[in-house]
Amino acid sequence: MLEIKNLHVELEEEGKQILKGVDLTVEAGKVHAIMGPNGSGKSTLSYVLSGRDGYEVTDGKATLDGEGLLDMEPEERAAAGLFLAFQYPVEIPGVGNMTFLRTALNAQRKARGEEEMSAADFLKMVRAKAKDLKIDADMLKRPVNVGFSGGEKKRNEILQMAMLEPKMCILDETDSGLDVDAMKLVAQGVNALRDEGRGFLVITHYQRLLDHIKPDVVHIMANGRIVKTGGPELALEVENNGYADILAEVA
Amino acid sequence: MAVAQAKPDATEDRLAVLTLPEGGWSESARADALARVRAMGLPKRRDEYWKYTRPDTLVQPIAPVAASFVNDEVLMFDVVDRLKVVFVDGVFDPVASDDLSMEGVTIERLAEFGGADIHWARDIYGALETRGQDPVLRPLAALNTAFATDGLLINVHGTPSRPICLVYHHGDESSDAILHHVVKVDSGAEVTLLETGPAAARFNKCMELEIADGGTLHHVRTQGRDHERRAATHIFARLGTESVFKTFTLTVNGVLTRNEVVVELTGDDAVAHVAGACVGDGDFHHDDTVFITHDAVNCESRQVFKKVLRNGATGVFQGKILVKDGAQKTDGYQISQSLLLDDDSQFLAKPELEIYADDVACSHGSTSGAIDEEALFYLRSRGVPAGEATDLLTLAFLAEAVEEIENEALAADIVDRLSGWLNRRR
Ligand SMILES: Nc1ncnc2c1ncn2[C@@H]1O[C@H](COP(=O)(O)OP(=O)(O)OP(=O)(O)O)[C@@H](O)[C@H]1O
Ligand SMILES: [Mg+2]
Repeated sequence: MLEIKNLHVELEEEGKQILKGVDLTVEAGKVHAIMGPNGSGKSTLSYVLSGRDGYEVTDGKATLDGEGLLDMEPEERAAAGLFLAFQYPVEIPGVGNMTFLRTALNAQRKARGEEEMSAADFLKMVRAKAKDLKIDADMLKRPVNVGFSGGEKKRNEILQMAMLEPKMCILDETDSGLDVDAMKLVAQGVNALRDEGRGFLVITHYQRLLDHIKPDVVHIMANGRIVKTGGPELALEVENNGYADILAEVA
Repeated sequence: MAVAQAKPDATEDRLAVLTLPEGGWSESARADALARVRAMGLPKRRDEYWKYTRPDTLVQPIAPVAASFVNDEVLMFDVVDRLKVVFVDGVFDPVASDDLSMEGVTIERLAEFGGADIHWARDIYGALETRGQDPVLRPLAALNTAFATDGLLINVHGTPSRPICLVYHHGDESSDAILHHVVKVDSGAEVTLLETGPAAARFNKCMELEIADGGTLHHVRTQGRDHERRAATHIFARLGTESVFKTFTLTVNGVLTRNEVVVELTGDDAVAHVAGACVGDGDFHHDDTVFITHDAVNCESRQVFKKVLRNGATGVFQGKILVKDGAQKTDGYQISQSLLLDDDSQFLAKPELEIYADDVACSHGSTSGAIDEEALFYLRSRGVPAGEATDLLTLAFLAEAVEEIENEALAADIVDRLSGWLNRRR
């Protein structure tokens, strides 16, 4: 589903290299996790995949179901089925959460040549999904993420994901800032979306999230590369011993 | 020497092409106004109050030509049931206008009732304008008082069931209209006044509003879609105890607009909200000049102005809150912000506070900014195309001003017009 090959990325302004040859393939129906020390390039990878400005791809490629992602506009990537749950969700004063969700949903449908969803169907769907995530009606009415607590913002990301039903979901530290109960809600939200046709790339620092969202594959990223790949046990190893051993081993 | 003489000459040149209406109750007010114009002279480029806006085309004897815009969309405010009064190039259109009678209000025409010796409007006509000349001169308003050819005299004594809507059509490309309205809201009465349309190639409009104790006046106006038209407008409002005055202006297009609002809070616990949203693209210069005087206890005033500017458009805001000695518990708020959609556009702001009382809460702020790139990316990453995302963020920027309109149907109509404007520029 998602194929990343030899991806090299620099910061446009400083020319500083952040990703130094990332190779990674996420198959449909699978959950891959990425762990790695702070500053290793995990968020950069997620931003480059979703099309944020400020990065220059100097080598390599990334495809979603065989389609090259890197030349697409961010909205085209979204319509193609890519979704990023942000590490730091953005506040947008003046734009209502509902308006935002509905505009996004219908824009994607339009881009795919599908019919727009009616206001009634949309309302029904959003109410049901919000309820699952314990997001109350008041939060839906407020401007996007404005005045939301850290945990509420993360839950709102998952609500968007649930509404947009993307093919490939990237979650960047969605667990950080969540209390234990919220973490379970979020994990349930993710697990509800797991199916054969959908891939997940879950970026996290902690084993705890992976207790709830069981990964098929775990990657360790360090200094702009995937340095080790293994099964769920790799996450446990990190949890117990930190990165020192792994980094020493691959050095 | 040559420079010093330029002022009276420009003023006399302008006066030479105008005819002073004679007779009737307004005659002496008009004569006084003419004397004021001569004494102060019409605005000129060096005047401090005209530092950011060139007055020459507003002052020159003949209005610059302005093509009228053929509007194919539904007329503004058609969403509400209203009493419609139509002026075409400043001339009353009796056929297009509704019958002027309505419960709770008397509506008369300045041009028709100029003949009567005694009229309630006599105490207001030119009087509020004169008060508004201190401490800053507003010569175009005095010119208006002297030479207005028509206008409405509205006395609200109850609560009319429908808003009064003035529709200003512009047809003639060289029309030069001067209208003067007087509105007196009696104690406890309440009315909504709407205005819409470009009015003329050049429009000088003055509105004097006397709002008695406990009276309420809601005012919403839009200034049409013409690109080349010019407008200089004045609102002079005097508010009594516990009265409420809320005014909102939407301006899209227009090569030159100067909207002055002068409010005097003379009774305790009065409320004045003055708001505006404007969107300009290219040859667009929009100036909001506001002066609010607190001269009573526990009054509230708000100024909320938002401007979206692109392709070299210019926005100006001059806003002042004057809190007089003894006007304790004043709550004054002022915000003026611009969203610059490119590097060519500019916003010039001069916010001022002058406070002579000690127990007051006044705040003011002015900002100029671009579209928030983080927010834009966030929206796009959810599939919203760049153009649509920019529009969403632009409307969000304007929202604080539009929210000043209490009537939801009117506010929705305003948002529709703004969306339409943005849409046409994708
Ligand atoms: N816009 C930027 N300007 C300067 N440095 C940047 C920028 N974006 C990323 N970096 C640098 O690139 C490196 C990788 O950052 P990135 O955010 O991808 O790390 P991360 O693996 O997500 O870290 P964390 O676990 O702390 O979230 C860091 O050294 C960071 O400081
Ligand atoms: Mg990160």
